[in-house]
Amino acid sequence: MDVISMKGITKIFGSVVANKDIDFEVRFGEIHALLGENGAGKSTLVNMLSGIYTPDSGSIFIREKEVKLTSPRAAIDVGIGMIHQHYKLVEIMTALENIMLGQKGGGFLRANIIREKIEKLSQRFQLGVDLDKKVYEMSVGEKQTLEILKVLYRGANILILDEPTAVLTPQETEKLFQVMNRMKDEGCAVIFITHKMNEVLRISDRLTVLRKGQKVKTLETKSTNTKELAELMVGHPVNLAINRVETVKGKVLLEVKNLTCVNEEKVQVLKGLNFTIRGGEILGVAGIAGSGQKELCEAIAGLYPVKDGEIIFDEENIVGLTPRQIITKGISMSFVPEDRLGMGLVASMDIVDNMILKDYHKQKGFLINRKPAAEKAVKIVKQLDISTPSIHHPIKELSGGNIQKVLLGRELEAHPKLLITAYPVRGLDINVSYKIYDLINEEKKKGEAILFVGEDLDVLIELCDRIMVLCHGEITGIVEAAKTTKEELGLLMAGEKHQDMEGITRDQNS
Amino acid sequence: MTSNVVSFLAAAIVAGTPLLFATIGEIITEKVGNLNLGVEGMMLMGAVAGFYVGLKTGNPLLALLAAMACGAVGALIFAVLTVSLRANQVVTGLTLTIFGTGFAGFMGQSLVGEIAPETIKTFFQPVTLPLLGQIPLLGEIFFQQDLFVYFGYLTAVLMGIYLYKTRFGLNLRAIGENPAAADAASVNITLYKYVHILLGGALCGLGGAYLSLVYVPAWAENITAGRGWIAVALVIFAAWNPFKAIVGSYLFGGLDIIGFRIQGTGFAVSQYFLDMLPYLVTMLVLIVVSMKKSQEKAPPKALSVPYFREER
Amino acid sequence: MIRIAKRAKMSKAKSAGIRLLAILLALLTSAVLIVLALSLHPLDVYIALFKGAFGSAYRIREVVESATALTIVSLGITIAFKMQFWNIGGEGQICMGAFFASFLALNFPEMSKPLLLTLMILAGMLGGGLWALIPAYFKAKWRTNETIITLMMNYVALKWLTYLQFGPWKDPNALGFPKIANFADNAILPEVFGVHIGWIFALILVVLVSIFLNHSKKGYEIAVLGESENTALYAGVNIKRTIITAVFISGALCGLTGMIQASAVNNTLSVEISKGIGFTAIITTWLGFLKPAFILVVSILFAALVQGGSFIQTAVGIPQAVAELLQGLILFFVLGCEFFIRYKVVLEKPLFNVRRGTKE
Repeated sequence: MDVISMKGITKIFGSVVANKDIDFEVRFGEIHALLGENGAGKSTLVNMLSGIYTPDSGSIFIREKEVKLTSPRAAIDVGIGMIHQHYKLVEIMTALENIMLGQKGGGFLRANIIREKIEKLSQRFQLGVDLDKKVYEMSVGEKQTLEILKVLYRGANILILDEPTAVLTPQETEKLFQVMNRMKDEGCAVIFITHKMNEVLRISDRLTVLRKGQKVKTLETKSTNTKELAELMVGHPVNLAINRVETVKGKVLLEVKNLTCVNEEKVQVLKGLNFTIRGGEILGVAGIAGSGQKELCEAIAGLYPVKDGEIIFDEENIVGLTPRQIITKGISMSFVPEDRLGMGLVASMDIVDNMILKDYHKQKGFLINRKPAAEKAVKIVKQLDISTPSIHHPIKELSGGNIQKVLLGRELEAHPKLLITAYPVRGLDINVSYKIYDLINEEKKKGEAILFVGEDLDVLIELCDRIMVLCHGEITGIVEAAKTTKEELGLLMAGEKHQDMEGITRDQNS
Repeated sequence: MTSNVVSFLAAAIVAGTPLLFATIGEIITEKVGNLNLGVEGMMLMGAVAGFYVGLKTGNPLLALLAAMACGAVGALIFAVLTVSLRANQVVTGLTLTIFGTGFAGFMGQSLVGEIAPETIKTFFQPVTLPLLGQIPLLGEIFFQQDLFVYFGYLTAVLMGIYLYKTRFGLNLRAIGENPAAADAASVNITLYKYVHILLGGALCGLGGAYLSLVYVPAWAENITAGRGWIAVALVIFAAWNPFKAIVGSYLFGGLDIIGFRIQGTGFAVSQYFLDMLPYLVTMLVLIVVSMKKSQEKAPPKALSVPYFREER
Repeated sequence: MIRIAKRAKMSKAKSAGIRLLAILLALLTSAVLIVLALSLHPLDVYIALFKGAFGSAYRIREVVESATALTIVSLGITIAFKMQFWNIGGEGQICMGAFFASFLALNFPEMSKPLLLTLMILAGMLGGGLWALIPAYFKAKWRTNETIITLMMNYVALKWLTYLQFGPWKDPNALGFPKIANFADNAILPEVFGVHIGWIFALILVVLVSIFLNHSKKGYEIAVLGESENTALYAGVNIKRTIITAVFISGALCGLTGMIQASAVNNTLSVEISKGIGFTAIITTWLGFLKPAFILVVSILFAALVQGGSFIQTAVGIPQAVAELLQGLILFFVLGCEFFIRYKVVLEKPLFNVRRGTKE
């Protein structure tokens, strides 16, 4: 029996058609994967199930009854619970308070009764959460468990997980899969959204592929493979291999010695980092989100205070220099945050004004000449296929992917000596992602040193020369990309130290 | 000497009461995620409405109701613009202050120089509470006050309990911190915002009415003299906690009257410098608070960020 | 049911139309209020307002004078607002600018006119600028909330002028009346076409501030910083210096207005020097979308409104505060109408087969 049946769903945002005439069915007791590139319309579709959006046209049937899900409350009333990609938790509150949030009942909070109920539930599904812990003190895995517990407590038996594995280690992913299987055994329906094909093949029973807002196909997982899925997602055959360009490694361009940083609460966020990058080399950085990647990038760029240690660039210690001095020395840093805006771009300005962000000060005199920047903007729009009404359009009105291309385009165009790039392909289509990898390889061929912070371990292994793994601000290992495996990286990400750190250092010096 | 100090402290509480109401009102508003800089305007609206109705009817309760209603109307304008129409909260709040000043000037034109009627003055005579009022020193300071002051104690304590011990308080704090989380938990954000912004406005209106009906008690133009702004500062000083707001308000009440008292002792400082004191101390407090930052004392995370579900 | 959706970009003509409609609605609303509260014919009031503003050469001159002050202060506030520095201390900065300039005017009346006036202008700008530097310094150093500090400093500045007027600067020849002595002729700005020269300053400043904001490096830095401090840091902008510079300029323009008011309008310093210009300028700044040319137009309209407001008091016998109310209402409506420019409201038909156990 179909527990969910969506018929002819269409949803339009402004001039963007996010979903077009989609039919989608899910059965009880199955894990159904929803697969597609970013912007394919997966999140939009499930957000209409969770009551966040309402469809412009089409109908939704839950257990064969038509429903109108106009609010999250309406969704939970028919048993739909959603685990969002960005957790919907209040950071300064405890786990218990987060679960109690929005509950009906008497005026005063009766924590003890609720606590008992939750404990029963967490035993049944084996979800261990410390109910009195504040959310901001939790790890990503704990937060996710809390989210699941939260929707189960509200009586959900249809679970939607939006990109749940994006921020987990392979080991945590494994644990999540066990939880998903247990829910399936209890008779729940699970919808699993992802763009990682190997995970889909492992865990799901059936899957549906979306492309550009439209449904391509629903098929049995058993009867398909990675290659077919990639083709369905992109729309034409794709070559999924990334070339590792072999280059002659130059001299050591960046040497980080015993780098230590503390945050505002005086907690060490980087603990005595040591590593080097040569010219013509890509050093990958792997780690769970929040392991110190951001702080490392910012420390090198002069944006994060360094407590101890040295950052030697081109035989000079750059600790203590201003961000502008560091830019002038030939270091470029681009960090794509989760919301894609934030640092690096000015949302209300146009592409031209964003082009001059890092070099306007080099112009002579009091006024700014925007002509060269306009030419550069035209070039980048063409090269990276940025879709925008004009180069004088505020970038905040562009889509996330296009905004990101503006940032990367500017940074690559600067042709620095050291290119630091964090999550450059976050949320981009497969095609554009490969274009970006190509451009990074181009820079590598020119002899630049590149620090590449990534999420996707497959990409890191294929693109980089060496991979450095961070855990809680510490280096747990630096491995040769050609010789490592995802499992090894996963263990390092979880904090297990490489058995032979000495050996690694030797490798580096050879 | 002791009796001087006691009478000073008792007077500080009286002077701090309008600040207390306004501060609590603004705390509730900010906790639900909206920064309303129109406190001064809402206080003035409440002050003039309360005084007008008080003068015409002589009924203290009707006067207070009018003050609350008028403050809430000011807050309603703010709520419609910032919650439903997503206007800039800072500018809307400033405009509300200008509007409220104009409103009070307009309504108060004919009231200038009028004195609050006897019925109201009598109603707000200090009342010594049984038992509590007999406690030496403390009783004299805290429990030989007028009804309005007692209502202030009650409001602050009730609001503290409401915020931290009830389901509604939990939901409203969550909205101020992370509206998307509250929304996903099916809290009606728009309703919560409207209710608490309006409640905040009503409390500001009460604070204003205390000035015109009890504290002065007569109508004068610009009767609030910047107290609304001091209340906004007190919210930061109190770290968004109603209980701490009690301490802060009475402290500033003391500052408000200290100039007058010092003059009485024949101390040779110009009155104009003493008049600057509350403003200078407010600045000092803000600067000191900003020097040290901590997680617990931070403003609500989503303060002054409009929330809209379908945004993408 | 009603749903809100983001609008694709709207044409300039259409958005201007919506804003005009908002202003008309504001006038209409206040007309209703006038009828209800005062039982006067609103048209009479508006005609009186108009007459009060433009009815005679003298009144036009008054309008130009207050438009001058409003424009210059609004330009100053624009620079701070662009950086998301909420300078609502215009009143205080006007007072302090006037105070600094008056110090020279009262103490060096013998100096040659051009020199004295130049020095007074510089002193006025310095006074306003320095007064604004105090909140700027703390904002730069500890991110102290500038909104309340600038506001508090208005009161402090006002008390300071009160002290001067009633104390050490009181004119002994005023027969005990608390006023400060009038300036010597040398300290009074000349007139051009019957109005003091300040209006020329205002026009020049509109052009200068426009160039500064849109084409200079500092202006670019201010805009970047206003958008996001992190981005500014990332671009290598010296944040503290930018805050300090921008706010100093902002205060200096307010201070300049203080000097003009003291020298050309009042011919002396008094506690009434600022007359609420610092607050009205916040409205004109916002209504002018932080764009100097628009600000000039809006300032003229608001000057007329204020001027007309003081006239209706005598003409139709209603309080001057009506003008203030009207200002507030206009801004309320314009703030509200922005929503309809950015979003559209979609009406949805309810689901047809509700009886099949549909949940609403």
